[in-house]
Amino acid sequence: MSRVTKFSGRDAGPTARVAGFVDHLRAHGFRVGVAEAEASLSALSFCDTYESAMVRGALRAVLTGCAEEAGRFDDLFDSYWLNGGRVAQRVSAAPNPSPHVHSSRSAAGQSQGDGAGDPTAPDDGQGESTSGGEGKLVATVVQQKMRRDLREVVTPEDIREAEVIARRLGAALRDRRSRRRKAATKGDRLHFRKVMRQSLQTGGEPIRLPKKSRPDRPQKIVAICDVSGSMTIYAQVFLAFVAGLIRADDAADAYLFHTRLVRIADALRDRDPLRAMGRLSVLADGFGGGSKIGGSLLRFSKTYARRFVDGRTVVLILSDGYDTGRPEDLAEALSLLRKRGCKIVWLNPLKGWADYAPVAAGMAAALPYLTLFRPANTLADLASLEPEMMRL
Amino acid sequence: MTCAELQTAMADKGYVASDDLAMAVFLALKLGRPLLIEGAAGVGKTEIARVLSQVLDTRLIRLQCYEGLDASQAIYEWNYQKQLLAIRAAAEGGRVAEVEQKIFSQEFLLERPLLAAIRQDKAPVLLVDEIDRADEEFEAYLLEILAEFQVTIPELGTVPATTRPVVILTANGTRDLSDALRRRCLYVNVGYPDRQTELRILRARCPDLASSLAHQIVGFVQSLRKETLEKTPGIAETLDFTAALMGLGINDLTTDPALLQATMATLLKTEADRFNITTEITQRIAGQAA
Repeated sequence: MSRVTKFSGRDAGPTARVAGFVDHLRAHGFRVGVAEAEASLSALSFCDTYESAMVRGALRAVLTGCAEEAGRFDDLFDSYWLNGGRVAQRVSAAPNPSPHVHSSRSAAGQSQGDGAGDPTAPDDGQGESTSGGEGKLVATVVQQKMRRDLREVVTPEDIREAEVIARRLGAALRDRRSRRRKAATKGDRLHFRKVMRQSLQTGGEPIRLPKKSRPDRPQKIVAICDVSGSMTIYAQVFLAFVAGLIRADDAADAYLFHTRLVRIADALRDRDPLRAMGRLSVLADGFGGGSKIGGSLLRFSKTYARRFVDGRTVVLILSDGYDTGRPEDLAEALSLLRKRGCKIVWLNPLKGWADYAPVAAGMAAALPYLTLFRPANTLADLASLEPEMMRL
Repeated sequence: MTCAELQTAMADKGYVASDDLAMAVFLALKLGRPLLIEGAAGVGKTEIARVLSQVLDTRLIRLQCYEGLDASQAIYEWNYQKQLLAIRAAAEGGRVAEVEQKIFSQEFLLERPLLAAIRQDKAPVLLVDEIDRADEEFEAYLLEILAEFQVTIPELGTVPATTRPVVILTANGTRDLSDALRRRCLYVNVGYPDRQTELRILRARCPDLASSLAHQIVGFVQSLRKETLEKTPGIAETLDFTAALMGLGINDLTTDPALLQATMATLLKTEADRFNITTEITQRIAGQAA
């Protein structure tokens, strides 16, 4: 049985302890602030504070915000209030020097930009650049280039060209299922509110009949780009496309993966395309390595997708489908994604080859979940997808 | 009212709330903050609001959310047909000047749940059901109402709240809610009940159920939840199952395998689950529970 924490005699009282607890939660990735601390104090004023179960319940209701946090709350509560006399945290509510560093959320890979730093690669930057890649099937000895400077791979001109295509694709993708009507000149229903307003000008005679209709809602594109070894020669095209997409469309989102998944949308939004690619190089470390499509997509569908993917999203997967992981993972990931109501488009650079058949175990597992499966290995191919996207 | 009293009061109305849930509801009442309840389908999220309205002896106003829900269905709408008629009538009578004043008055306003909720004489319970089905735009609008408790109607001015409703929001994860909304609410996650709680719920809802059968049913459902199912049965399903058994006059789960399998329709709601849970499995689980 754990005992209640003994706080030091110099501690400033219950208010500081609660503030300290809120700080403790924040250090563990909860999004709580001053308002929550205040609410906790007023909640506690309604409780018998000597009853720990009651306090626990009250603080849980106030300080947690989702199922995941509610699940972790008990341990955090115990470690702060019931750690048997060991005071692990300062209760003076001193500002935590760098709160998000300890957060488990960022440790799970959300902001790898700052700390993930040097990989264990011995040949940092020494890898030969064997693929100037013209989009042909070239036999290359692909080495593990742990730090490849993507500025060499993708030029600002490519990005500008891709931007135009991405913008057109974005415009082609409209959702035609909206139920909320808006005023429109060629509508299918009367806009009664306007009819009333305007009829007042004509003495109550509704002469002009404004209409309303269902507008098309834009769809959001989430691009997930494979940059593993087998995809190296297509990386130029696809990364340029992804960069262009992010720059053309404010709502778009982008990720890349090899053996793990990285969110790159923020890095690519940099106003200077060259600097954006520089920032991307830092994030993309491991570029040209192995590929774990299933694992990466599974992670995507369990984390980011829950925040960024909804029924008005098109998930664009740019990959050749050569997976070193289990095909079941890929199938599970895609079925989870489909359950969020999105459409999944898979663009496979290999599909363009004459005798291609999706026999790779991963690709075969993925097929049932795809809305569209198309070849693409040049920017022109991507541009030619427009009519099909329009039908989606 | 203390938290324990609230819990007892809810139990009297047939709702067995866990300590966590009772505390969250209690705080929502005391702090005047909305309560966000998350949990799988069929664990009694909506029921909380109904029972709470009975405990507080007040009206329950329910807003069912769906994709495309907009202001005219959630907040207010003018009664256009009535307005048109009034304009025509006024024109016949020659009193055109007054007509604009008149047609934008309370008389022509159709209250929808959100407006109705803030205009009650006695603070009602406002249930915003399945908030995750509504789209983000509506969520933003709801935030505004939950913060200010007032509605602005251009033709009429701002309608302040006469009383502040007790707001309960439910969600079951169709879409992830925004952090802004989560921050504004107290939060509680309702899970499947444990054996004891489920037994108490069953006793509260079906008083004339034989004790031995109640134990069997709870044991059966608890074991069934451990199987890999697409849709795990909630409390609502347990109650349906019980009602079905009582209706068929079954006193022991193990006596008639075929009949038991037929009643499984109340617990298993997808084709795959029906297919996977065969008569043999049902019998094995029932045997353990007995």
